[in-house]
Amino acid sequence: MQSFEFVRAQDASAAVAASARSNTAQQGASVRFVAGGTTLLDLMKLNVERPLQVVDINRLPLDKIEPLPDGGLKIGATVRNADLAHDPIVQRDYAVLSQALLAGASAQLRNMATTGGNLLQRTRCMYFRDTSMPCNKREPGTGCSAIGGANRTLAILGTSEYCIATNPSDMNVAMAVLEATIHVQGVKGVRSIPFTDFHVLPGNTPQRETVLEPGDLITHVTLPPAPPGSRSFYLKLRDRASYEFALASAAVVVTVADGKVARARMALGGVGTKPWRSTEAESLLTGQLVGDPAFRRAADAALRDAKPQSQNGFKVELAKRCLVYALKQATQSA
Amino acid sequence: MKKSTESPEPASREPRLSRRAFLASAGTVGVATVINPNNLVAQPMNPAAASVATDGAEGAVSMTLRINGNEHRLRLDPRTTLLDCLRENVVLTGTKKGCDHGQCGACTVHVNGRRVNSCLSLAVMHAGEEITTIEGIGQPGALHPMQSAFVAHDAYQCGYCTCGQIMSAVALLKERWGPKDDDVREAMSGNICRCGAYPNIVAAIQQVRGKS
Repeated sequence: MQSFEFVRAQDASAAVAASARSNTAQQGASVRFVAGGTTLLDLMKLNVERPLQVVDINRLPLDKIEPLPDGGLKIGATVRNADLAHDPIVQRDYAVLSQALLAGASAQLRNMATTGGNLLQRTRCMYFRDTSMPCNKREPGTGCSAIGGANRTLAILGTSEYCIATNPSDMNVAMAVLEATIHVQGVKGVRSIPFTDFHVLPGNTPQRETVLEPGDLITHVTLPPAPPGSRSFYLKLRDRASYEFALASAAVVVTVADGKVARARMALGGVGTKPWRSTEAESLLTGQLVGDPAFRRAADAALRDAKPQSQNGFKVELAKRCLVYALKQATQSA
Repeated sequence: MKKSTESPEPASREPRLSRRAFLASAGTVGVATVINPNNLVAQPMNPAAASVATDGAEGAVSMTLRINGNEHRLRLDPRTTLLDCLRENVVLTGTKKGCDHGQCGACTVHVNGRRVNSCLSLAVMHAGEEITTIEGIGQPGALHPMQSAFVAHDAYQCGYCTCGQIMSAVALLKERWGPKDDDVREAMSGNICRCGAYPNIVAAIQQVRGKS
């Protein structure tokens, strides 16, 4: 691990000011916030991240979960994954979020990992994590070792010739279907970012993963009120029963009226370079009779643009079945 | 009769220095005499790390950590993880380093009563918090019920993961989990045992939970 200066932010403005001096808010940032540390410390030990300054934001008052007047929910950036998963409001109104969080990592890691940190969770692509290997995300211009390499766990949606790294977060998949908004305090003040705009596709700049800029501090996430009568579900498929990243996962929020789908939100995890919401599948399913034929058509639409690599062609069918099963679960009569 | 004075010492001579006590004291001496008179810099046993530690000492951070009810004044390189601090600086070697990347659970300790991976946390982040290690939950002659249950159920083979397993299991008692063996397996999935003592670990935990 490279040497760094450790500072503790006394307030959000101080954190923003410290981060504003960073060369970038993306891969290789010279100033990094630390909250749970579960991704950052891991990558610093591998010398994948080498910040000169680490700013501890754990003492900032960002650790509350608060109901909003409109019926929505405000989640502080340093709320721990375990606390969010077990929050009574989350369990009642946003079950898919609780399920996704509990499907991720281990109990120990969930006690550490935070909401803001999980939004920024880094890929598990082995080449990204190995500084002896070329990787466009870690070192732009060096090439992608995963294309034609060990890519069984990597992405089939949103890839480019520069990068096929998967976004590993479970929470993000749930946040996508809940249409979360990410609130940021930055150099120019505060702003809010719709979840679908927060992560960016790799394109020819895979080192850029989000729209964040130096100085940007995620302060909280808000969720709109749960649609009346909606039901949600998260399904994660992986190589072992627990404590493993998804090969494919699906988050769905569905409202059924008179046997038809009145409203649907669907997103996939483990298969995309970003949390993969499919508005095309959502439109296709809306108004359709609940049942396998419509679910299957929606799943086909969600995976239509899939580009399998040499080892992960199985993910296309796996992701479809995952989505169909999640839709079945969410639409079963209670 | 010089020969007679060189006769072997009785094998049972007491007190015998255990391997653990030897390593612990060697580590302490190493710090105190070779690297830093304040006994405060990480990685004292590793010559390669010594120069790094010396460099880092320029930016060393002073802190007080509360571990097992005792206050420890420390001055550490900010890179020092909570795990390395516990083992190398405070010389509480019950907490083990396995993968050092949050994948095995051997380093599990409690911070403010919650289980965490001490390898993925910086010591300096925990000033003012209540840190509990395996040494803090029980001692020989006064074992925690979970420690006794692990002994009774032979819930280990090599024992390297055991302290982390027990720290996880003790924390689990205060968490919300279902009553079944499968619930315990899920709750304990962050603690890997390469010997495969899992069935006995589950049995030990279920006995303490009163669910077996």
